[in-house]
Amino acid sequence: MNSDIFQGYKGKALEILKKYNTRVWGQAEIETSRGTFKGTILPRAENDDDKHIVVKIITGYNIGIDVDTIKKMKETGYKKAKYAIPEQEFPTTPNLPNVKLFGTGGTIASRLDYRTGAVIPAFSPGELYGAVPELADICNLTTEKVFAVFSENMGPDQYIALAKAIGKEIENGIDGIVIGHGTDTLHHTAAALTFMVQNSPVPIVLVGSQRSSDRPSSDAALNLMHSMFAAGHSDIAEVMVCMFGPTSDDYGLLHKGTRVRKMHSSYRSTFRTIGDSPLARVNRKQIIPIKQNYNHRRKDNKVDILPYFNKKVGMLYFWPGMSSDALDSFIDNGYEGVIIVGTGLGHVNKGLYPALERAKEKGIHIYMTLQTLWGYVHMFVYDTGRDLMAKGVIPLGNMLPEVAWVKLSWVLGQTKDPKKVKEMMLTPINDEITEREPYNGYLVYQGGVPEVEEFIKKVRK
Amino acid sequence: MKINPKKNYEKTKKEIGYISRKKASQKTYDKIGFMSGLEVHQQLLTKHKLFCHCPAGVFNKNNEYDAELIRHMRPTLSELGEYDGTALMEFKTRKNIIYRINNKNTCTYEIDDTPPFPIDKEALQIALEISLLCKLNIVGEVHITRKQYLDGSIPAGFQRTAILGVEGEIPLKNKKIRLIQLSIEEDSCREISDIGHTRIYKTDRLGMPLIETVTYPDMVNPDEVMEAADYIRFLNRSTGKVRTGSGAGREDVNVSCKGGTRVEIKGVSHNKWIPELTHNEAFRQWALLSIKEKLNKITSEKKWKLNFEYLDYDMFKITYPPLKTARDKNYKLIAINLPHFNGILSHFTQPGKVFLDEISDRLKVIACLEKPNILSTEDFKPIINKKDLEIIKPILNSNENDAQLIIWGPKEDIPTAIEVIEERCKMAFNGVPPETRKSLADGTTIFERVLPGADRMYPDTDSAPIPLENNYIDNLNKNLPVEIITRFNQLKKWNIPQDSYKYILSKNLVPLIEKIVKNLKIDSRFIGTFLGHKLKFIEGHYVSQSKFDYNIIYKMFEFIVNEKLNINIAESMLPIIYEHPKMQFLSVLDIINYRKRNIQQITAPVNFLKEKYREIGKKQTPEAESNWIMGELRKQAIGNINLKELKNKIQNS
Repeated sequence: MNSDIFQGYKGKALEILKKYNTRVWGQAEIETSRGTFKGTILPRAENDDDKHIVVKIITGYNIGIDVDTIKKMKETGYKKAKYAIPEQEFPTTPNLPNVKLFGTGGTIASRLDYRTGAVIPAFSPGELYGAVPELADICNLTTEKVFAVFSENMGPDQYIALAKAIGKEIENGIDGIVIGHGTDTLHHTAAALTFMVQNSPVPIVLVGSQRSSDRPSSDAALNLMHSMFAAGHSDIAEVMVCMFGPTSDDYGLLHKGTRVRKMHSSYRSTFRTIGDSPLARVNRKQIIPIKQNYNHRRKDNKVDILPYFNKKVGMLYFWPGMSSDALDSFIDNGYEGVIIVGTGLGHVNKGLYPALERAKEKGIHIYMTLQTLWGYVHMFVYDTGRDLMAKGVIPLGNMLPEVAWVKLSWVLGQTKDPKKVKEMMLTPINDEITEREPYNGYLVYQGGVPEVEEFIKKVRK
Repeated sequence: MKINPKKNYEKTKKEIGYISRKKASQKTYDKIGFMSGLEVHQQLLTKHKLFCHCPAGVFNKNNEYDAELIRHMRPTLSELGEYDGTALMEFKTRKNIIYRINNKNTCTYEIDDTPPFPIDKEALQIALEISLLCKLNIVGEVHITRKQYLDGSIPAGFQRTAILGVEGEIPLKNKKIRLIQLSIEEDSCREISDIGHTRIYKTDRLGMPLIETVTYPDMVNPDEVMEAADYIRFLNRSTGKVRTGSGAGREDVNVSCKGGTRVEIKGVSHNKWIPELTHNEAFRQWALLSIKEKLNKITSEKKWKLNFEYLDYDMFKITYPPLKTARDKNYKLIAINLPHFNGILSHFTQPGKVFLDEISDRLKVIACLEKPNILSTEDFKPIINKKDLEIIKPILNSNENDAQLIIWGPKEDIPTAIEVIEERCKMAFNGVPPETRKSLADGTTIFERVLPGADRMYPDTDSAPIPLENNYIDNLNKNLPVEIITRFNQLKKWNIPQDSYKYILSKNLVPLIEKIVKNLKIDSRFIGTFLGHKLKFIEGHYVSQSKFDYNIIYKMFEFIVNEKLNINIAESMLPIIYEHPKMQFLSVLDIINYRKRNIQQITAPVNFLKEKYREIGKKQTPEAESNWIMGELRKQAIGNINLKELKNKIQNS
């Protein structure tokens, strides 16, 4: 009961509140050595200190009062705030596609959490309709909260649960699937679902937002509209990530789940297709294709769900001067596969050779990817590369490191036969390795160069 | 019953008892229940912006930008779970907001692509010093709050702001004004243009540290409002740590009259405009209350309903240019009937303005219809003629006491436009709608936005609270500048003429006078007048080649004293020094052709000049003669001898 009345308060601050019989949401008059303050006592974020009491004053601002300065305090009233997005029934329109939204947590739609001071998701179709009424013009929506975890806490168990949930929806004849997801590991999940959900007849779109929907400039609403439109109306029946193309409120991009990566910690346009171009552009009214080859939407309800995952796969980001102990710890802890993220064309130093040899003896599957992200592993060019291959390291072409980790985990969940594993790893399921890198697959502009500046000023919004 | 709009305007103006400010007295303001409070904004003089490391005070022209980006603002829930009225209105307008970014003053923080960095310590300290000067109760912990702005003036859609103190006071001549609070906040974008559905901003000012001092509505006449605004401005400047110049200090003025509503006049950058603006706003509200009374006598808000019909351009002979353009652009043309509004549309609201303007202003802001956007049966210069009315009235089924409007615009904006008109007319039944209004130079105002409420506040989940320890505050308290009221009294004691006070306080020159009087033993009245008249004139008429620091004035007087020059040379030196602050004082003397001469050398030609004057003088009186000779010798005397003394010498030789 205490936790409800004194939400988030502890130690000294809690003592003071109890002493003066004042509750959270109580209106209080507080006499302090710095003068008198009046307002509503608010809950306190759990990780904040125990030396202050938070008060919302009449003008709507919050302030903190130092408990050591408090001389007297009196509760003069009580009014608990109710925080709810106005909920309205999501309308059903006969000719619109049926889309299922799976919630996993993240900030696509959220509200304030006083416990942590952060935002927590709010997700029913009614709430979503209340917040983004335009969705009703795009599709008929049903939602299901599969679990509520922050992006960084998504993992193998969640991938499997999602894959199975998607399978069930497809069998039930849904027209498209959207998955709301935190952005940090969105591309890991996208890769996992690409491998676990194959031959889908409908689009499977992962979406998040870089600015929580509790702010007016949030990208959440537009991302939701874009992803629902793609899920309901697109002909591309693949696992995709749908996020802002530019940082402006303009269009979204549909990225292949195996080629997409989060490239900026906070930009709205953080997701980029690496080593290729995205599948399509999307706005609220249309899909504008970029790539011509993709898996088309089908009328049937057939899909292959392959929910396998081996949790004993690790990733090793190489640093100069690395010695064997780094890899040894994987070996000693029973890891069955390791993705190395090597330098340049796919290299590590000689210090690692003993551990590589040991790993080979133990039958650990070792694959090579690149820190450069762009380009292919080329291990024939230098002696080092040839040495490494001799020690059992297998190059993974232009597969992205995170995708390689997901795929090896998925493969080792099905077989441990080295030959079979290698064959599966090197046979692309959906462009995780591509045969060619188009000229516009690598575009990292440098600011300051005149033609780039001109492009930024005139074209890129 | 046809009315004459112009006559109706005059009649209603008289009816509500409008008089000009010059003729108004406290009795006038007591009668209409004038009430006003202030929100004084002041930029702080810091190196960096408030929540990122961009330089503060680096500005760019409208067309100097490196990139543009587009945002749309969407209302969100406040912490207490409610949507804000302004928020919803602004969402209705569906504006494309374009930001022009210049790399030298803007980073990814301003455009909301990077979370905030910790608050600028320098800014926080200055703001706390000013809070202490305002005798505010300082908070124990600073909580950064997000205050929603959906007009686009901040790309995030909210301003980061925090309260530093509550409940303070400032002393005016005759009374004390209570303060509600002082907050530190980031400044907003500067608008470049706002046409139709596109509003363009630049981001140079965005994020610069700003404080807002909010008073209670304790002011009861327009002059008192200005006095309070001046006092707060002087107080801010007394720290020497705030920005000055155009736009560095801006006032939002809240006004209401008895039975009226709090209306906020936004961004008044000159305090001298405040009296006229507040006077007119109080009377605008008084006029709206009169309209309310009239309407409620005839019908009620609940029963009232407008009706409208789409028109064909072919129905009329169109000569009015805006309508010709509308026809060419294929805009919709609509006639609207406002029941019982005959005589209301041309009802006085402000000097030169009528109730119809209230509708037209809202059409521009909310429905994005550029002006001119409306015609009515009560225009001063009628465009809709009798023949037109014979067509329109039957279509609308109008009665004799109704008024009619014509509007035009793009198809997609029309539903909002009609809604806006309906809404504003219904509001007339309730008197004064809460609004923020933009000030115009002529002392009138126009609609800017619906007045936002406390519902737009939201804790900033991106920043942690900042504790303010007792010893930190105590230390700040020990190093505060002298209070403004003390300075007022000091100026009085120094016998400095009253007309210099404003200039001296606004430039924070009291410490300079004190230093000159104390160290150089120069008469305080002389220095006060010198600064308040001479320096003020020069600042207004000369341009400085490099930054003019007022401490140069001390150095100049020190030089004069050390060189044993007469103090009257200061007036000749100042313009040169002001233009060239880096020039050596000896060179200044050269430029003004100063030569050291003693009194004998100066007065030597007096007898010769007297003879000369007898030949050429028009008016042969002793006074005229000595004046002419003074003129001849003045140049040589400056810096060497007191001019009064010289005149005595001339008259007595």
